[in-house]
Amino acid sequence: MTDTSPKLTRRHDFVLFFDVTNGNPNGDPDAGNLPRLDPETNRGLVTDVCLKRKIRNYVELAREGESGYRIYVTEGAILNEKHREAYVAERGDSAEVRGAKKLSPKSDEEAKRIRDWMCDNFFDIRTFGGVLSTGINAGQVRGPVQITFARSVEPVLPLEVSITRMAATSEADKKQRDEGSGDDERTDNRTMGRKHIIPYGLYRAHGFVSAPLASHEVKGTGFTEADLALLWEALGNMFEHDRSAARGEMATRRLVVFEHDSKLGNAHADALFDRVKVWRKRPDADGSDAANRHPIGAAETDNWGPARSFDDYVVTVDKDNLPPGVKILK
Amino acid sequence: MGVRLHVWGDLACFTRPELKVERVSYDVMTPSAARGILEAIHWKPAIRWEVTHIHVLRPIRFRSIRRNEVSDKASVANAKKAMNAGTTAGLGIDVTAARQQRAALVLEDVAYVIDARFHLTERAGAEDTAQKHIAMFTRRAAAGQCFHQPCLGTREFPASFRLLGQDDPLPASTLPDADRDRDLGYMTYAPGYPGGPPATFFRARLADGVLDVAALTREGLLA
Repeated sequence: MTDTSPKLTRRHDFVLFFDVTNGNPNGDPDAGNLPRLDPETNRGLVTDVCLKRKIRNYVELAREGESGYRIYVTEGAILNEKHREAYVAERGDSAEVRGAKKLSPKSDEEAKRIRDWMCDNFFDIRTFGGVLSTGINAGQVRGPVQITFARSVEPVLPLEVSITRMAATSEADKKQRDEGSGDDERTDNRTMGRKHIIPYGLYRAHGFVSAPLASHEVKGTGFTEADLALLWEALGNMFEHDRSAARGEMATRRLVVFEHDSKLGNAHADALFDRVKVWRKRPDADGSDAANRHPIGAAETDNWGPARSFDDYVVTVDKDNLPPGVKILK
Repeated sequence: MGVRLHVWGDLACFTRPELKVERVSYDVMTPSAARGILEAIHWKPAIRWEVTHIHVLRPIRFRSIRRNEVSDKASVANAKKAMNAGTTAGLGIDVTAARQQRAALVLEDVAYVIDARFHLTERAGAEDTAQKHIAMFTRRAAAGQCFHQPCLGTREFPASFRLLGQDDPLPASTLPDADRDRDLGYMTYAPGYPGGPPATFFRARLADGVLDVAALTREGLLA
């Protein structure tokens, strides 16, 4: 790996806010691709794997072709083939290695070298870890970065939008319609579909970067300070490169990072996360004025309209009396 | 000498080994999951944690989540084909072949108190005393330090934790009376490893909201 920046030795915890306007941030395969909802509270959900996919995609785009920044879980490759590359790098390119159906490390040292090779070459393994013990065994890796499900800060209302397309899917469709009515071609060939959107939703996700899993001599993946900077960059920009008809407008709104000055940390993560609060405010009010904002769900906001933009919210970070050894980075 | 730790979180998945493709969680935290939480805070090869009690503090509620996942093993036939063609193009996890949609039945809004003690193992050196390790654990747990953020079964469900003193009152419990005494059937005590010890199970019962692991495992473990 060309990256020579030091391995990460400080724990970080972060809160990520992102929003969606007229889009579907994460479809639920169990509900016909409706946006994921918590059925008890009607708050929206975005899974951890959905966010990790976007981080991978961003890094793949931003660091295309750079050594040490390949993405393991991606389009266009079979996982076992990548394990095999590790074996080829380790044992030399021989017919035996190329042809074997199952390979297991001959010794603990070899297992470690193969694991390190995978970590050095693939950003996502270094970051999130991975189960590499498929048919061809390259061991398991637990990565330092752990991301939770994101939840919307208020209940969201999914809308079903019916859309039409001025063309038929197949010849058979067209024929069937032609036999039906004698209307003009435009209406004949029309097919209908539906999209699910959330008019507006602000989502909050929590994440953890455990330094020992980066720099521990046995368990660490070698995740570096530069990798961390790339992770923050990815969290900031991942939605900019994930545009699609389904997503609508999505954007990272705020990333709050708590940096501990030790490997194991200096405070409880949940206590730090509690310092980050979201409030409702009137869109025309100045958010800096505490009198203009109310807690989510407060009685004062009962007759307010639904939130439709980030201007309807204020995110505050309580910086008073931070536990010693904890810094707020952004 | 024991420790007492309060842990809680939004979601949890303590997967039943017999239902692990489409994961179904046990009703309550397993002793091995509790051990994993303790080990995330402090562990050395010199010690082995033993969970004695798990106090269940919230109602047992489930929720289903379906996600796109990667199938556990890429096919050898495809690998060979790609090798012969000399390219890996067109094969991968985003295509339908390697994609699986799997539902998980997970627990919602959980909180537990774990009572545990530890034993020194044969790898303990002269400098490894029980006092030293208990002091390290309590110092870390009280300060919110951890080797890595502990989780409730799987890593996307992080656990928040607070150290409780031996004499501190238990946090308030909202477990309904109907759930306080329940036979939970056979539950994993410790998972097995290939080439290692086999998986062990015990008959889990909630008695007044407490899983008395020490007493139940004295009744016998099933291998």
